[in-house]
Amino acid sequence: QANQFFGSGHTNNWAVLVCTSRFWFNYRHVANTLSVYRSVKRLGIPDSHIVLMLADDMACNHRNPKPATVFSHKNMELNVYGDDVEVDYRGYEVTVENFLRVLTGRLPPSTPRSKRLLSDDRSNILIYMTGHGGNGFLKFQDSEEISNVELADAFEQMWQKRRQVQYSELLFIIDTCQGASMYERFYSPNVMALASSQVGEDSLSHQPDLAIGVHLMDRYTFYLLEFLEDIHPASQANMNDLFKVCPKSLCVSTPGHRTDLFQRDPRNVLITDFFGSVRKVEITTETVKLIPNITEKDEKLTEELMLTEPQKYVEQIPVAEIIHQKPKQKDWHPPDGFILGLWTLIILVFFKTYGIKHLKHIF
Amino acid sequence: MNMAAVAAGGFERHCHEKRRGRNAALSVAAIAIVVGLPLWWKTTETYRASLPYSQISELDTLRLQLTVELEVVFSKGSLTAEQQKTAQLQQSREVEHLLNSKTELRYKYETKYRTATVMEDDALRLESVEAADVSLSKLNESPSGSLVIYVIPETSALLPQGVSVYVGKHRTALLRTLQDKRAKLGDVLRGLQPDIQRVVETMSFSNGDIKAALSDRVPVRKLGKESLADSMRTFKSSPGYEITFSLLNPDPKSHDVHWDIEGAVESYIQPLLSKLSGVANFSVDSQILYYAILGVTPRYDSTVSSYTLNTESLPHVINPVEARLGSNAASSHPVLNFLLYVPDYPHSPLYIKDRGGDKVPTNAFHSPRWGGIMVYNVNETYTDPPRLPVHISIDMVRVMEVFLAQLRLLLGVQQPHAPADFLLQSPGNEGLTDWELDRLLWVRTVENIATATTTLTSLAQLLDEIGNIVINDNIASEVYSAVTSVQAAIAELEACNLGLAFQASKEATQSSEKAFFDPSLLHLLYFPDDQKFAIYIPLFLPMSVPILLSLLKIASEHRQRRKEPAKID
Repeated sequence: QANQFFGSGHTNNWAVLVCTSRFWFNYRHVANTLSVYRSVKRLGIPDSHIVLMLADDMACNHRNPKPATVFSHKNMELNVYGDDVEVDYRGYEVTVENFLRVLTGRLPPSTPRSKRLLSDDRSNILIYMTGHGGNGFLKFQDSEEISNVELADAFEQMWQKRRQVQYSELLFIIDTCQGASMYERFYSPNVMALASSQVGEDSLSHQPDLAIGVHLMDRYTFYLLEFLEDIHPASQANMNDLFKVCPKSLCVSTPGHRTDLFQRDPRNVLITDFFGSVRKVEITTETVKLIPNITEKDEKLTEELMLTEPQKYVEQIPVAEIIHQKPKQKDWHPPDGFILGLWTLIILVFFKTYGIKHLKHIF
Repeated sequence: MNMAAVAAGGFERHCHEKRRGRNAALSVAAIAIVVGLPLWWKTTETYRASLPYSQISELDTLRLQLTVELEVVFSKGSLTAEQQKTAQLQQSREVEHLLNSKTELRYKYETKYRTATVMEDDALRLESVEAADVSLSKLNESPSGSLVIYVIPETSALLPQGVSVYVGKHRTALLRTLQDKRAKLGDVLRGLQPDIQRVVETMSFSNGDIKAALSDRVPVRKLGKESLADSMRTFKSSPGYEITFSLLNPDPKSHDVHWDIEGAVESYIQPLLSKLSGVANFSVDSQILYYAILGVTPRYDSTVSSYTLNTESLPHVINPVEARLGSNAASSHPVLNFLLYVPDYPHSPLYIKDRGGDKVPTNAFHSPRWGGIMVYNVNETYTDPPRLPVHISIDMVRVMEVFLAQLRLLLGVQQPHAPADFLLQSPGNEGLTDWELDRLLWVRTVENIATATTTLTSLAQLLDEIGNIVINDNIASEVYSAVTSVQAAIAELEACNLGLAFQASKEATQSSEKAFFDPSLLHLLYFPDDQKFAIYIPLFLPMSVPILLSLLKIASEHRQRRKEPAKID
């Protein structure tokens, strides 16, 4: 039974999906991230193991002609927003600081479980980032940026700390312009990286939808999604197939990848090792012999069931009083500061212009 | 003459002004350099409290000594009168293991030999070995980490045939040995040594266990396959765990299921958790999920005329269910899920088949670092013709036997691979024997010490490398207390105080983790050189250009005046 453990050294999967752009015309970045989210959920990773960061809300944007939807194909074929999406960091919470805090585990103690990356040393982590980028940096929220050195340092800290936020293997995918510059500086072991374009190239978007009015997806993620739709939880496709996604003829930019830090041969790495969550199981063969503790609780239960009354609403709010409420008599208060000040000003101006002798008419 | 005087006065004034200008420029430059530069340096410095870097680097080389106190008691009849005369002895034995250049282990076995007292002999003459074990443990209150081994003669009827060692529920063991009436005491003791070593390895720790606990520092390839599987299966030591028991009822229309989970947890699980309360905090909750389905369709197997799940499809069962399970949002402790699945009426009964195609007797499986699932068949309660809904009261004893075994595996309390002639007493309702707890404590203490030292060294390395992370006083105090706790734990291990050593190691891990994961240690301060220039040039350039130029002018004038001496008329 120990043999089945040695395909890969991981027992659980995590995913961190980040969209860093805001504004309506960056619809495609949110659609990118949600497509990857959808694939990863379909292949088995539960919401409790996914940290989804979306910098802007496209589904409920005022300019969305089809509210509560985010489409990834033109002619509105595929709604990737769905009805069970769980966004952990939304809007202005998506900052470089929060992203690095999630990766390194240095969150304030009051952070709930859903906003934490609780991986251990036997976790495989998938990190997907999309947005606008340049040579060596990625733009967050149109106001700050994360550099490739900071990202490499964050991964190194994850590797150094062998307990709470560590990883067994890490797959980093980035879909931005000049994406390959973001993985140039990695130096931690067991990291594999894919990017949608090389340094000096731009990643292009796929197709606009005339009804919605913006570009719906980026090319690299569009073909990545097409590839992932063919993968099911028991699939045996490996990483070499993933490297072939979106050749230059379709993508216009040249996707790149980096495997020198990865210990296993990419040929032996299954797609489901990162995108899915196939758990290892063992049959339980032993039991512990117990002596039954005879209690009388069982009999009480059956009686309690018979005696429940039909439930009804309790009169909690005196609705009648609220609806027919008369306006309360307001007590007289002396005039407050603003009125006093205003009148003082008027009087002073009057006396300044017309002379102080008029004061005797008042006092 | 007036003109000359005026001209002379003017010239003097000009000289005065020039001198004043020169003094002004010089004093501004002096203030800028003497006062401004140090002020700028001081105010842009980050506050870094001092840390004990030297002590931390000392801790990087781990030299552990584990001391086990053994007491070997010779009962009546196991030694001749001759041998008994000199039987009060004390010996100590050390074994050294060098794992790598930075990790060294030393095991010290301090053995005390003595003969049995009258009360102990009476206890050994009791009817059953369990009763003997109970009364012997009452006579000997051995502290955590120590063992007592009773040597009984071959003729004793306490142990059945073929069994030479009996390990009880507490910290005692009975060893049956061949008697050699002619040998001297020294030879007898030497002959006993391998048996005693086997008992110690079963009840305390073996070299393999400790090496597995240090798997962070020791390369994984050197570990055996079994210990690798063990290390992947058990949860890493954490200050708390959350245990959730869930009842899955996919077919409430046919099955009206009730379970007395509160009583069952109170009777069967709580004793184990209370015994482990020094190790971690446990919180237990339970839930019932209706209309929860398995992600896999069971196949009808005509050979056993029932539905079956085979081993290959088991991994896909967990994921669809996990999304519905939920967990406590407030804590970040690892969660152990135990699911009880009552198959729906069309698919009853449902059996799990192992790789060989046979039915699994427990009908349960578990997933490493996640939890366990048991399938509970209720087809026995169907009447003929079936009257739905069927009222089902779950037999919690059967269920808890399986869940308890899975819980023990996931927490790291494995049954050691004892040799064939050992008889290990099952813990029964207590859930955990004392020596199993000791085993866990030995391994966890070593693991905690290794983790705490790794955390401290990587923290020190990080703070050293990145010069502009602020180190607050609270972080410094946590680091100091972590270093003291690690040193205390190592000292207590040497002195054979296992309980204290474990507490110290737990405090060390907690302090070092608190320091490492403090939210203030965020490294957001990477400035590439061109950005540093871009920040400082607009501030300093407008100020420094006039100063530099005037200094240059003063210098060139000074040189000129030196070259041509003052014109004296």
